[in-house]
Amino acid sequence: MNAPDPTKIKLDLDLTHDRPLVSCKFDPTGKFVFAGTESDAVVRWDLATKTKTVMVGHETWVFALAFTPDGKVALTGGCDGRLVLWPTSDEKPAPIRTIDAHTGWVNAIAVSRDGQLAATVGNDRIARLWSLADGSLVQELPGHDKPVYQISFDLTGRYLVTADLQGRVIQWDLASRKEARRFDAGKLYAYNGGQQVDYGGVRDLSFSADGTLLACSGLIEASNPLGAVSNAALVIFDWATGTEKILLRAKEDLKGVGWGVRFHPSGFVTMLNGGNGGGILLFFQPAGPNEFHKFVLPNTGRALDLHPDSMSYAVAHHDGHLRTYRMPVKATA
Amino acid sequence: MRCEYACNSAEHTLSRRRFLGGMAAAGTVGMAGGFSRFLQPAAAAAMNGKQKHLLVVWLAGGASQLETWDPKPKTITGGPFRSIETSVPGVRISELMPKTARQMHRMALVRGVNTHEDDHGKGQVLMHTGRPEAPGNPQPHLGSLAARFMTDESNPLPGYIHITPGGGGSGTSEAAFLGPKYNAMFVGNGQPPANTARSGWFDEPGDVARHTMRRQLNDRFATRRRTADTEAYTSTYDQAQQLMARRDVFDVTKEPAEVLARYGTHDFGRHCMLARRLIEAGSTYVQVSHSNYDTHNENFSFHLEQVGEFDQSFAALLDDLAQRGLLEHTLVVVMSEFGRTPTINQLYGRDHWSKAWSVAMAGCGITAGNVVGKTNEKGTEVVDREVGAGHLFHTMLSAVGLDPKAGYEVDGRSIQIADPAAAPIKELLI
Repeated sequence: MNAPDPTKIKLDLDLTHDRPLVSCKFDPTGKFVFAGTESDAVVRWDLATKTKTVMVGHETWVFALAFTPDGKVALTGGCDGRLVLWPTSDEKPAPIRTIDAHTGWVNAIAVSRDGQLAATVGNDRIARLWSLADGSLVQELPGHDKPVYQISFDLTGRYLVTADLQGRVIQWDLASRKEARRFDAGKLYAYNGGQQVDYGGVRDLSFSADGTLLACSGLIEASNPLGAVSNAALVIFDWATGTEKILLRAKEDLKGVGWGVRFHPSGFVTMLNGGNGGGILLFFQPAGPNEFHKFVLPNTGRALDLHPDSMSYAVAHHDGHLRTYRMPVKATA
Repeated sequence: MRCEYACNSAEHTLSRRRFLGGMAAAGTVGMAGGFSRFLQPAAAAAMNGKQKHLLVVWLAGGASQLETWDPKPKTITGGPFRSIETSVPGVRISELMPKTARQMHRMALVRGVNTHEDDHGKGQVLMHTGRPEAPGNPQPHLGSLAARFMTDESNPLPGYIHITPGGGGSGTSEAAFLGPKYNAMFVGNGQPPANTARSGWFDEPGDVARHTMRRQLNDRFATRRRTADTEAYTSTYDQAQQLMARRDVFDVTKEPAEVLARYGTHDFGRHCMLARRLIEAGSTYVQVSHSNYDTHNENFSFHLEQVGEFDQSFAALLDDLAQRGLLEHTLVVVMSEFGRTPTINQLYGRDHWSKAWSVAMAGCGITAGNVVGKTNEKGTEVVDREVGAGHLFHTMLSAVGLDPKAGYEVDGRSIQIADPAAAPIKELLI
């Protein structure tokens, strides 16, 4: 892989839709980017031709997107509680299977590295494992007390990680289907007594390429949750010990939420800030504590993904645009 | 404005019994046309036989009509939640309220509310007085009116009780010219009012002797210097004595565990249960505030949490009132200072929106299963039977048998109790 230069990142593709976007994900082949919208439609763009395909299989918004490792099947999770499987590259994709997966929203989906299991989490506070072969429920994993926002398999495939509104991160052993240990990302959570609301939580998860670090994105300093006064932050855990390594945050008070995080294979970690401070990509070294580069986006961002070629990011924007931002190859001395 | 009784007004001597008996008032604060006009004749007769009650559930901050009573699923403004059927065929509400949906046959919805006021403080005054806030000319809030004109003085419970998160409140001027004794008493946290247990320093005879002495001194003072304020102090002491005797009413832990679980093991659940206990014990006006719906940011996640709490507790409350035969004598109103914008902002939030929102009612005087008013497809405007806060205020007064056209005389000016420019929503009234 050629090492990219994030300090020279710039807008690459600008793909448009008529509704605000809420989620985005590249397919594993890198041919498509999918987005959930403020409607019942999921949108697929062919990155080479910019052809847009609208897929309707849910009753309402779709925040959760994932793919099987071979890229053949796309999985979408809706606020209707449904998990829907699609043929990723069909000209006019129609649902292969629909599963009533959760009571309330499906917040995130992950697929195991062997492609056998799908894992989902939702506002019903439960993680569930599903057989991708027949759509059957394999296991329920209760353990969270608040809505569960994110999920990821670790790099070994032995563990599953789920994270919730309170910043509780649970590591599940897939062999025993039991809780293995907990991480505390409570720094990303606040209860505001004046407003009487819970706020924050783990909005996104990412493992480093070598599997030694786990990044949780979210927010800190939530002095006014109902008014969106908070700052985006990342909590980096040492996966071996389960302890917090560092909290990463912007040098300035940018006012926002860390809606997305992706470790880059070359070692740095990228966070998407979205909110009152606008859309901003922040690039950190894991040792932090602040960004080494900041890239201001044309509109606030709501979701982030890294292309399989590791050279560009997709951001789902409120203005209905799916923009990709490309990093050039770093110049060698 | 201060109510000065030292001017020898006779108003303070009027008891509720005399008010119901139709005695004319004279003086600084009186009722134009006599107090008897304030009650509709049939209602006056009914009230003599059966106490009526008002129970307001206040969704502080401005609850979203789209996530409660007037959902618009599959539209650009609809948000991610779906609508569900209710116990009234054809009437759908947000999926966030499945338990309330099963109570809809006991309720009525007003979906065409336009209050033209997007400020929190002004909206709060508007919804509680039925007219815009006028600096220098405060009007009594609904609770104070109920305390003054619907509460028998022999009732040991205060006429206006406001249950708030934490039990705090600042309603020191809600009674306006009615006088401070009709302001709210605030309680919360599932606790009895503070300091209502007798001090361990006194046994009962000692406490009675102390109170008798205080009363004698107070009466002597009042012969020459009586004002609404001193009367309020006296009344407060008397009320405190009565409250101490009824302290148990505030103790929600006396309810069976399964009832507590049905209302919800959170503050709002306990507060709704307390509201039911207070109504059952004879309180005239109880308001329960639920906080906080001012969701400029992440409206959907916050409404998921807040409306989820509301749904469980409110449905249990309404069901309990109905099962115990209290609902037919109790007007239940669910309202806020305004609704929220149909447009979803970049923060997944909704902002203040008074142009097209909803209020829910149930119980005394209200036609159950009714929906009045309609908004357009996106919920941005009222397209049928638009009503304002004045109409709602007229309706609430009428429902409990009070005449909204009755008038006060305040400093020589005649003021109608409810905005003369508005009228009751007749389709809602039995």
